[in-house]
Amino acid sequence: MPIHYYIYLSLALFCIGVTGVLTRRNAIIVFMCIELMLNAVNLLLVAFSKMFYGFGLAESPNSIVGIDAQIFVFFIMVVAAAEVSVGLAIIVMMYRNTHSVDINFLNRLKN
Amino acid sequence: MSTLQILFFALSAFAIISAIMVLVSKNPIHSVLWLILVFFAISGHYILLNAQFLAIVNIIVYAGAIMVLFLFVIMLMNVKKDKEPQKQLFVKLIGVITGGSFLTLLVAIVKQTVQIDGKQVMMKEGTIGLIHPLGKVLFSDYVVPFEISSVLFLSAMVGAVIIGKK
Repeated sequence: MPIHYYIYLSLALFCIGVTGVLTRRNAIIVFMCIELMLNAVNLLLVAFSKMFYGFGLAESPNSIVGIDAQIFVFFIMVVAAAEVSVGLAIIVMMYRNTHSVDINFLNRLKN
Repeated sequence: MSTLQILFFALSAFAIISAIMVLVSKNPIHSVLWLILVFFAISGHYILLNAQFLAIVNIIVYAGAIMVLFLFVIMLMNVKKDKEPQKQLFVKLIGVITGGSFLTLLVAIVKQTVQIDGKQVMMKEGTIGLIHPLGKVLFSDYVVPFEISSVLFLSAMVGAVIIGKK
């Protein structure tokens, strides 16, 4: 499968995430769209990892070229899990204070 | 068309349609369920690429843990569907146009890149995505970031408790 197809798929998913961040006002949906963008990047990293692994395999039969990208994907998932726990706690706190999850109420951070 | 290509295009169409449904759903719970379907489609792509460890971790961490956290928060909040804030149609149209032109720009850049012309992605074979080589590299070359990520988790846990406790 050519690498172009994977790049186009990831770009489509990423731009759908960008559009969601721009068009929705619910803070939880905006947060979910950020998760979608992270996953698009993960898919692209794995595709490039397998592409370079194919090149490395042509030179030596037991090469592990490209394994770093899959480790990076693993760490991106770790950081995303930590980010979601803190972010959802912030959204819950904001809901307690304003009784809404509208991001337009977030333009005044004080009070 | 081979079976791999059919599976690739089916999973891609499934992922993109589900991702669009995340945006157009009025009910936030439906959005979460569609996003879980997107994650399953991406896990299917990982399996096609023979990255089996990442496919399982994606299902367990994203579809299992993170999305359940989202569902919990949405159900705690009792967001009314008719009270859900909506942007004006004009602002929505501008957002869609911006996203579409960003996509067009990136596709044009990729089309002009000559370094990736004719490069193939190895599918369905290769041992790089299995647990054994990944674990060896993770616990030899990347053992310091691995330990630092546990500190990150500890601080995220403390932060979430302090923020949520009020």
